[in-house]
Amino acid sequence: MGDDPAVVIDRLTVHRGGHLVLDAVSCEVAAGSVTGLLGPSGSGKSTLIRSVVGVQKISGGTVEVLGKPAGSRPLRSLIGYVTQAPSVYADLSVRENLRYFAAVLGTAPSDVDSVISAVGLTDKAGALVGRLSGGQRTRVSLAAALLGAPRVLVLDEPTVGLDPVLRRDLWELFNELAGRGTTLLVSSHVMDEAERCSQLLLLRDGRVLAADSPAAIRDRTDTHDLESAFLALIDAEQVPSP
Amino acid sequence: MNARITLATAGRVLTQLRHDHRTIALLLIVPCLLLALLSWVFDGEPAVFDRIGPLLLAIFPLVVMFIVTSVAMLRERTSGTLERLLTMPMNKLDLLLGYAVAFGVLAVVQAGLAGAVSLWLLGLDIVGSAGWLLVTALLSALLGTALGLLASAFAQTEFQAVQFMPAFVLPQLLLCGLFVPREAMQSVLSAVSNVLPLSYAVDAMAEVAASTGLTAAAGRDFLVLGAFIVGALVLGAATLRRRTA
Repeated sequence: MGDDPAVVIDRLTVHRGGHLVLDAVSCEVAAGSVTGLLGPSGSGKSTLIRSVVGVQKISGGTVEVLGKPAGSRPLRSLIGYVTQAPSVYADLSVRENLRYFAAVLGTAPSDVDSVISAVGLTDKAGALVGRLSGGQRTRVSLAAALLGAPRVLVLDEPTVGLDPVLRRDLWELFNELAGRGTTLLVSSHVMDEAERCSQLLLLRDGRVLAADSPAAIRDRTDTHDLESAFLALIDAEQVPSP
Repeated sequence: MNARITLATAGRVLTQLRHDHRTIALLLIVPCLLLALLSWVFDGEPAVFDRIGPLLLAIFPLVVMFIVTSVAMLRERTSGTLERLLTMPMNKLDLLLGYAVAFGVLAVVQAGLAGAVSLWLLGLDIVGSAGWLLVTALLSALLGTALGLLASAFAQTEFQAVQFMPAFVLPQLLLCGLFVPREAMQSVLSAVSNVLPLSYAVDAMAEVAASTGLTAAAGRDFLVLGAFIVGALVLGAATLRRRTA
């Protein structure tokens, strides 16, 4: 792609509650890519995501986004962030939620309707978020992150609990956004979603097992699917060196 | 700071309340009913009602706004919306001032209603003007909001947040001069009462109810209240962390 990477992580170390969660992780997220952050739960995905957004206290290393330290002021209107639990107001309607976040971001009010339609909630725009299903709430949270067309979108398990058709639609949306130059870092613990990413970061026990395109990872491990590739990589790690 | 974000936040908080009819009804009607009950209790002694009634108009806003704000802010912290807002171009003070504006508006409506009921239906007889009564109630509400925002930092659950009300507010209620004049207390208690914010809200209310226009003593109480409000907001802002463990 030739561009500078959108995210550069260098020897990032994070402790939470006395435990080592990320162990000197170094990796990059290519600009304009859909990078999947894959790994079992407890592998440190959310912590890595929080570090990129700049809300995680870190013990060592650096995280740079668009050439600036993660969490620094100029980045706050350039990054969209979706937490694992939908972080929207349950006692407001979909539209009221998004109008408020749009006002905080200073984006055009017309943006509200377009992000509602992007996540397929136009017919629910007037409904209270607290009355929506879990998957619909997740989409409201995602819509809030899309406001103002951020250059980097950081999404923590945005497709959990969604039906397959919706998941497919959202991944199409992610790839469409990437086509327009947005960089996406998307975490997931579902391996079949990994195939939809242009780049993968495989995380396990706070360390990066592999960072490459899905095809390259399959080739390297001589496997046909990413699930087996992941297992092969774990096995290769655990073989004691002779 | 950013006026657009502050006002948007105030509007959002009021919209959340607007969806909650029962809370609105409780906020507005309970003070009126309590004042009516009080006037009935002191049916034979209107002078007592004339002394205590205005003081309650200073105490209700602080107590009610303290609880409502601490729970609302705790929800903001636990639901992840606070984390989202702090990754956006929002200043911590924008958020806190937004809450202060929203609950200030609510307090004016609440005190206006309770004051109107007291003055015109319950026969509350005061020397001072209704306008200064409202100003005092507003300052008391802002104080309750600022203290509630601060207190929410020390609660992990809504149960804890609600328990802060008796812990923070009841001692102030006992020492504010409602039951025993502050000058008549033991020297230790009167010294403690001198550093508690509610004492100044109650003093100010007693002063504006008993005199025409704004006296120097009431002005001084307003300044002290203002200092407590600003102090609590600044401390509250310090408890909002962009980076957490």
